[in-house]
Amino acid sequence: MDDVRAAFFTALGLLIGLDRDLVAIVRLSLTVSLSAVGLATLLGLPLGAAVAVWQFPGRTLVRILLNALMGLPPVVVGLVVYLLLSRAGPLGALGLLFTPTAMVTAQCLLVTPIIAAFTRQIVADLHEEYAEQLHSLGVGPWHVLWTLLWDGRFSLLTGLLAGFGRASAEVGAVIIVGGNMHRVTRVVTTTIALETSKGNLPLALALGMILMLLVLAVNATAMVIQDTARRLYG
Amino acid sequence: MKAIGLLSVNPEGHAMMPAVLLPLVVHDLCYEIGGKRLLEGISFRTDVGPRTVVLGPNGAGKSLLLRLCHGLLQPSAGTIAWAWATPEVARRCQAMVFQHPVLLRRSTAANITYVLRLQGVPRRQRRAMMMEALEQAGLLPLATQAARALSGGEQQRLALARAWALKPQVLFLDEPTASLDPAATQAVETLLDHIHRAGTKIIMTTHDLGQARRLADEVLFLHHGRLVEYAPAPAFFSHPQSKEAAAFLEGKLLW
Repeated sequence: MDDVRAAFFTALGLLIGLDRDLVAIVRLSLTVSLSAVGLATLLGLPLGAAVAVWQFPGRTLVRILLNALMGLPPVVVGLVVYLLLSRAGPLGALGLLFTPTAMVTAQCLLVTPIIAAFTRQIVADLHEEYAEQLHSLGVGPWHVLWTLLWDGRFSLLTGLLAGFGRASAEVGAVIIVGGNMHRVTRVVTTTIALETSKGNLPLALALGMILMLLVLAVNATAMVIQDTARRLYG
Repeated sequence: MKAIGLLSVNPEGHAMMPAVLLPLVVHDLCYEIGGKRLLEGISFRTDVGPRTVVLGPNGAGKSLLLRLCHGLLQPSAGTIAWAWATPEVARRCQAMVFQHPVLLRRSTAANITYVLRLQGVPRRQRRAMMMEALEQAGLLPLATQAARALSGGEQQRLALARAWALKPQVLFLDEPTASLDPAATQAVETLLDHIHRAGTKIIMTTHDLGQARRLADEVLFLHHGRLVEYAPAPAFFSHPQSKEAAAFLEGKLLW
């Protein structure tokens, strides 16, 4: 109980004082996770929509893979990206290991299947309703995808939020490919892991609270957008 | 009906579409799925002008026939031919409205501009065409509202306005008032009348005999996937030639 009280006051102190380290850590966390979600959105939306709408050989296999990859262990992804980016790896020459770019790459791999799987389900449901009408209007295959993604955009926010939740909360992948270096690759989750291992529980708990506040703020914003959109567009 | 160049005019003097699509000639049309034959040996020819109503009990194949003619389904056998148009051109000159209108999750106006943009109507003309279509449907005051928040009757009128925005030569309607109350039905029928007078060929299904009497100029009567009778509406309603049609008109159950 004392730890929780101490954590609360520590968090309050860090927030009110706008601690420089804290600001840097939170900024990097947001930058990495939002970039990963942004990239994963660019990949996952068309991929999920195509699997939902188009008929092609191996479609069921892709669908099973997407669902299975939603549970991809972050440490495994971290390890794979580490092997790819390490000096001896095929992309070692790029010198990206232990940089925020490596962290974005790892989180993007984690988040893409989540966004694609959500998109597939939402677009498939919408397509069931729209298919005959769009066929009747003579809409081409690419335009069908765009129409479904556009009309489902506010429902798709749920998938993006799930992706953001996954990215901002994971520690296994970013700690492997980022290295948790002070002011370079240290994010909220890796700092929590570090402070916990050092026994600095109030600071770790305080950072946990701040992380939850961030996730809450992002979710609340998305919910407001969704509700407003439903009212405006049905 | 008289032709003026490519345009023709109907008896009321309204300009009509260039008569390039019709007549529609259906020959020996069959459709089967899973080994079950749902339509068999349907042949008929329908031309510019009369409103064609496809009548019959549930399961007769009315909606199926419309979907085949509109090109949503491919026939198992037989042909569907548009007089002067390839299937691709024919698709662009026709539209269909379904029993349950499928409206995009957009505003009322955006539902119309979507099809206009799809057909490459220049941006400058889209707004005027959209406003005209909504005005005809009595929906202009609702232009900015969410389409899916409209009432059932308004939604069906929007679906009609969207289908009609591009002035199709043929408009297929699958039970367009099946789930509407009398007032909404009347509003839809008024709009249909306007569309017909403007020169669009209407081919629709219904199992509402009252509506068929009000709207039909000619009747295709289907039963168990076969075309039992094809006749001008007055003759069909006063002297049906088949015992199935006679029973249907008397309100008897058909098996």
